[in-house]
Amino acid sequence: MAKVSMTVNGAAASGEVEGRTLLVEFLRGPLGLTGTHVGCDTSQCGACVVHVNGEAVKACTMFAAEADGAEVRTIEGMANADGSLGVIQQAFQDHHGLQCGFCTPGMVMSAAALLKDNPKPTEAEVRKYLEGNICRCTGYHNIVKAIMAASGQDVSAIAAE
Amino acid sequence: MYAFEIERPSTLAEAVSALSAEGAQALGGGQTLIPTLKQRLAAPEVLVSLSGISEMKGVCPDDDGRLCIGGATTHAAVARDAAAAYPALAALASHIGDPAVRNRGTIGGSLANNDPAACYPAAALASNATIVTQNRAIDADDYFQGLFTTALEEGEIITEVKFAIPEAANYQKFLQPASRFALVGVFVAKYADGVRVAVTGASEDGVFRWSEAEAALSSDFSAGALDGLSVPAEGMIGDLHGTPEYRAHLVKVMTKRAVAAAG
Ligand SMILES: Cc1cc2nc3c(=O)[nH]c(=O)nc-3n(C[C@H](O)[C@H](O)[C@H](O)COP(=O)(O)OP(=O)(O)OC[C@H]3O[C@@H](n4cnc5c(N)ncnc54)[C@H](O)[C@@H]3O)c2cc1C
Ligand code: FES
Ligand code: FES
Repeated sequence: MAKVSMTVNGAAASGEVEGRTLLVEFLRGPLGLTGTHVGCDTSQCGACVVHVNGEAVKACTMFAAEADGAEVRTIEGMANADGSLGVIQQAFQDHHGLQCGFCTPGMVMSAAALLKDNPKPTEAEVRKYLEGNICRCTGYHNIVKAIMAASGQDVSAIAAE
Repeated sequence: MYAFEIERPSTLAEAVSALSAEGAQALGGGQTLIPTLKQRLAAPEVLVSLSGISEMKGVCPDDDGRLCIGGATTHAAVARDAAAAYPALAALASHIGDPAVRNRGTIGGSLANNDPAACYPAAALASNATIVTQNRAIDADDYFQGLFTTALEEGEIITEVKFAIPEAANYQKFLQPASRFALVGVFVAKYADGVRVAVTGASEDGVFRWSEAEAALSSDFSAGALDGLSVPAEGMIGDLHGTPEYRAHLVKVMTKRAVAAAG
């Protein structure tokens, strides 16, 4: 066992982990941050995407020990300070960007990473960026629409499906 | 996963010494190794993480005009930082997997793993890159030795990869959308002394050079120069995604596209 310390959603967090403890296990277990989901555990689905030092990574494909000293942000850190939904989260609600919601934490974290680098993406850029985020429910259309809306673009011409 | 310890050295010297221990293995971005560990297909005692070693990261030209990329440089960093010097290589890096994979996965990990459907082996072989380790420098022509097999020895790590920059180059990847690897990928690179063509995803022996196409393209760098050539299906991978005949056909199609796109 080794001690790890990191900043998670702005607050200091630490604990004892094994070498093989995944970042997602550390977040969901000892830290109780169960918003980050494990969809596949085989690095394919993106439900577990969080930000480590500002970059989107799959928390099921990184060890907790590798995040020692890092800034980590999870879906729990995406709401506004007063607890209301953040811009991207609100857009997902407004545009029906989720059904069961299982993929949504990863979708929102990927969307936030995209918009940080590319504040006004085209529809094609959004679709390409979401290559590693799999949704079994929505057919993606409203997810793309929500992200376009969250970027402040007019989505009235994108028909609902 | 079986239990193991993780070490996070900050210098190459510390990493090399940690890797000399019995049961030690390098951890790059973990994008291949962690899934492998989860399946219990590997049982290291110690993983030596290379991600904290700044001297193994980054992209810069050397005095001979080659582009040098640190072995622990992520795909995302290559996509961004090699774009001006070697656009075809940066484009290849920007189409590996998905954004989260590119933020962790590294060039050294990809070349060490030598997956038969991986992208970087095609770029390294087509550019006759030099694979540099803590002990020696290996030409790409001698480095790739078949499926998941390379010239690397136990405990040897890729510290740097040096690419001679071609006059024109392009990589065409026929995407296998479920895995996001290449069903077939072809990297074409045109140098003053000839053209090199490297094919990934197709052969049961891993990445290979298509020498007939190299000869034809070296005298006439145009897609039409390949019209009379064909690739035998023998030795090509056959699986549920494509037959050997289909892959052999794709090799020629993707090579033509790469030549046309390289201009
Ligand atoms: C969903 C998904 C999609 C992917 N799509 C593609 C794709 O389209 N194209 C593609 O090419 N790849 C793809 N990959 C693989 C990805 O590129 C990996 O990052 C890469 O194969 C391994 O690099 P790594 O740094 O993650 O290495 P690791 O997983 O950490 O290690 C892999 C192996 O290399 C060894 N190793 C690591 N670094 C070094 C080093 N510097 N020197 C010597 N040995 C080292 C390790 O000991 C291990 O044996 C994909 C992966 C995933 C999960
Ligand atoms: S749970 Fe991490 S990619 Fe699916
Ligand atoms: S909303 Fe159900 S998986 Fe995406």
